[in-house]
Amino acid sequence: MPAETEEQASIDPAAVLSARGLTKVYGAGASEVRALRGVDLDFAAGELAVLLGPSGSGKSTLLNILGGLDSPTEGDVLFHGESVTAYSERALTLYRRERVGFVFQFYNLIASLTAEENVALVTEISKNPLKPAEALELVGLGARTHHFPAELSGGEQQRVAIARAIAKRPEVLLCDEPTGALDSKTGVVVLEAIERVNRELGAVTVVITHNASIAAMAHRVIHMADGRISATELNETRLAPAEITW
Amino acid sequence: MVTGMRALDRKLMRDLWRMRGQVIAVAVVVASGAALLVMALSAHTSLSVTAEAYYERYRFAHVFAGVERAPERLAASIADIPGVQTVETRVVAFATIELAGVLEPISAQLVSLPPSGEPLLNRLALKAGRLPDPHSRDEAVVLEHFVEGNGLKLGDEIGVLMNGAKRQVRVVGVGLSPEFIYAVAPGGLTPDEKRFGVIWMGREALEAAYDLDGAFNDVSLALLRGTDPEGVVQRLDPMLERYGGTGAVARADHPSNWFLMNELEQLRTMATILPTIFLAVAAFLTNSVLARLIALERPEISLMKAFGYSNLQVGTHYAKLALAMAALGVLIGWGIGAALGRVNTALYADFFRFPFLYYRPSGAEFAISAAVGLGAALLGALGSVRSAVILPPAEAMRPPAPANFRANSLDGALTARLDSPTRIILRQIARAPFRAAQTVIGVALSVAVLVLAMQWTGVIETILDSQFSKSQRQHATLGFHEPIAYDGRFALERLPGVLAVEPVRVASADLRVGPRVHRGAITGLPPDAKLQVIHDVRGWYLPGARGGLVIATKLAEKLNVEVGDTISVEALDGTHSRFDLPVAALHETYIEMPAYLDIAVLNRELGDPPVFEMANLLLDPAEERAFYEAIKEIPGLSAVIIKQRSVEKMREEIGDMIWIFTSFFVMFSAALAYGVVYNAVRVALSERGRDLATLRVLGFTRWEISYILLGEAALLALIALPLGCLAGAGLVYVMAGSFDTELYRIPFTIRPGAYGQAMLIALTASAASAVFARRRIDNLDLIAVLKTRE
Repeated sequence: MPAETEEQASIDPAAVLSARGLTKVYGAGASEVRALRGVDLDFAAGELAVLLGPSGSGKSTLLNILGGLDSPTEGDVLFHGESVTAYSERALTLYRRERVGFVFQFYNLIASLTAEENVALVTEISKNPLKPAEALELVGLGARTHHFPAELSGGEQQRVAIARAIAKRPEVLLCDEPTGALDSKTGVVVLEAIERVNRELGAVTVVITHNASIAAMAHRVIHMADGRISATELNETRLAPAEITW
Repeated sequence: MVTGMRALDRKLMRDLWRMRGQVIAVAVVVASGAALLVMALSAHTSLSVTAEAYYERYRFAHVFAGVERAPERLAASIADIPGVQTVETRVVAFATIELAGVLEPISAQLVSLPPSGEPLLNRLALKAGRLPDPHSRDEAVVLEHFVEGNGLKLGDEIGVLMNGAKRQVRVVGVGLSPEFIYAVAPGGLTPDEKRFGVIWMGREALEAAYDLDGAFNDVSLALLRGTDPEGVVQRLDPMLERYGGTGAVARADHPSNWFLMNELEQLRTMATILPTIFLAVAAFLTNSVLARLIALERPEISLMKAFGYSNLQVGTHYAKLALAMAALGVLIGWGIGAALGRVNTALYADFFRFPFLYYRPSGAEFAISAAVGLGAALLGALGSVRSAVILPPAEAMRPPAPANFRANSLDGALTARLDSPTRIILRQIARAPFRAAQTVIGVALSVAVLVLAMQWTGVIETILDSQFSKSQRQHATLGFHEPIAYDGRFALERLPGVLAVEPVRVASADLRVGPRVHRGAITGLPPDAKLQVIHDVRGWYLPGARGGLVIATKLAEKLNVEVGDTISVEALDGTHSRFDLPVAALHETYIEMPAYLDIAVLNRELGDPPVFEMANLLLDPAEERAFYEAIKEIPGLSAVIIKQRSVEKMREEIGDMIWIFTSFFVMFSAALAYGVVYNAVRVALSERGRDLATLRVLGFTRWEISYILLGEAALLALIALPLGCLAGAGLVYVMAGSFDTELYRIPFTIRPGAYGQAMLIALTASAASAVFARRRIDNLDLIAVLKTRE
């Protein structure tokens, strides 16, 4: 499995997003923490990958670096072969604005905006977005467009967050513990929404979780431990989210 | 428990340090209020103490009276009036002065010194040189202002035109007197140290010059402690009447003292209204800072309570935080206030030329400012602290209920066309209207104080315009020792450069209606006068007074008369003629309380032939020099007033003071706006930091999220601007009302430019603080928000 580390130099030409030799060190001296220790990965268009690992394994750090929120101490992130690590502050903002969609564990909706307006927040600033109503339809919330976050359940709020993330038609969708704050039943509805937008929009979708059950819906499962990729497995047959329970 | 309190106090110190930006914002506003209070009160106290000491040490008299000519033996009778301690007679006269190299005419008041040298009352504070030899006829002590204003030095000679005879007088001393703290020429409004002086000479010299051998024309009285000066005035007047008494005045009505007390009163007004504004805003700020802190510290509060801290201890902890912020402000305010108080006192002392200066804050101003500063903070903290106290421990463990926004019909119509960031701004304001109102009120009050500061130049210009353009159109006014026959004006007309001459008569008089009496003067003008006209400041002119007296509305108020009523007049001259005059018309004025009468009627009532003792002149500017040369030769000339010079002097004198005060106000008001906006932005950032970081992750640029954060503050500031202008107009109205004296009325007028300047300064201060607070946006932790639940 660690075979991939030996392919460090070659980049899969079909890859939308690649990581090469990613290392992240926090602090220095005695308090030094090595969150990533040389990670190489390639994500192909339309792929749904699940990053699995315990707390502190480095998966969030990896996601943040892939999304242009954090920079690696060493190594590179390549988007269509272009180095994201070399981007300026302005270019990173544009990268997040046009290319990457984020879904957070705690939804991070703007309380003062309705579901539709939360989505519009993103569509107003991107180039070729879906209509907010379309995006909400895609996650099954067509009937709740005029509700404020306080009037929505946790699962509904997370689906609004997904609609907001995908309304810009991102090429990469990064989901950090999207079901972490939800019960199993509601979580499944959210996973269905993620699976559907992955299928219909074809965005590289990376889902971080420490919930192993979710791995069954992925094309590929990447196991992380101690800042490294410890194993990678391809699912021959994927389960539909509705078949997953935890 | 002791160690527990120590831990809480450590938390207090760290909280203060962590929130230092906001702590400073609150402290700055408290400091502004405290500084204003300490500055105004300490200057007031110090000047009062200094003036009192000056009066005491140099024996400023309690009652003053002028007569035409009274025998010296009358002094003994005056001394017999109960309550009179000391009587001193003098010879006092007005004269014109010639200085080498000075073209413009100068006038001076001549005051005699007793044969013993040192006067008993109204003593001289000698700044240089010595007193004149009592028997010398050409030695003089000259008022310091005049010496400095004209670059004179000991030994210099001055040409004095005494009663028509020119005499060279040598400066042997330079001095000050409590009688001339505010040395104003007759007919002048502000001191002019270049064109008006006071000259003290031996009694013999002046007696001889003014033909007052064995007689006096001025008397000063010191009274025993506790004696009512008005009672003495009432006994003195009848004694002086047959000698041409011009009416005695008590110290309170003495012009110099009156001006001084008026200035001190203004300081008192400043010490009450303005600090109140600042401290009220400080209370708002403390409220919002603490409310936010307590919202953030719900888990800590529950923890404290779970550990067994009492409600009182928790409440005290947060109250201490409010007090600490205010205490910092009070300390800063003390420092700034004391320093500015000293500067302010020194400025006034310089303006009034006290021979010494006690900067003696009583200590009360510090105590008062601390009490109100801390009190305001506690008051502001009350609501927030209460919410911390009543929070049940279990509930405090849970995060606060999510912000509950719900749609309403108004909102739909309002926000439908807006972009999302603007929508966020509007909904935040709609959700917390009380807090938005605090910001609006804070900025509005800053604008209001600025409008108040900026309107002074407008006020002064309005007064000057009304007095010197609309009412007085002459270029110069000449005054004579004795009334001169009407024909004398033809001689004046023949002087070089004189285009027109109009006679004026000013008769000192008591105006009486029933028990009400006003000691003033009646100005006699020709009914067809064109150089001095009767102007009503409300915007119209009144025809010359043929039918009776045309008096100022303020005087009508004092005497409680209306048009058609009769006023009993008693002339305060040798004749003491008594006659009745109807009130023909009223007019509104800003300065003094004039009463006009047809000069022919005035002459007749005084039992005089057609005479005048003042003349208004219209001059040809091209022949100014020849005119000045020519009037030096006119005998009996007591005063020359050049209008242009008076206006310039008044502008300069008042302008300096206004400039200094305006600077203070701009500084404090800017601090106010800064504190309010900084705090508003920081609280918003604290509440919405997570939202803003989320937006950054979603691809918003720093400037785009700055718009959300600062747009709210900007919108509130914009709402505050017109409100501030309104409040400023209200403040000006109140201030104008509080300056309603017999000498001055402040017009309620505000230049449009004052509003503009006020808004610009408040906006600049707001923008500066917003930019400062914005820097925090650059440090938003984008990663943390992904993982935390609010």
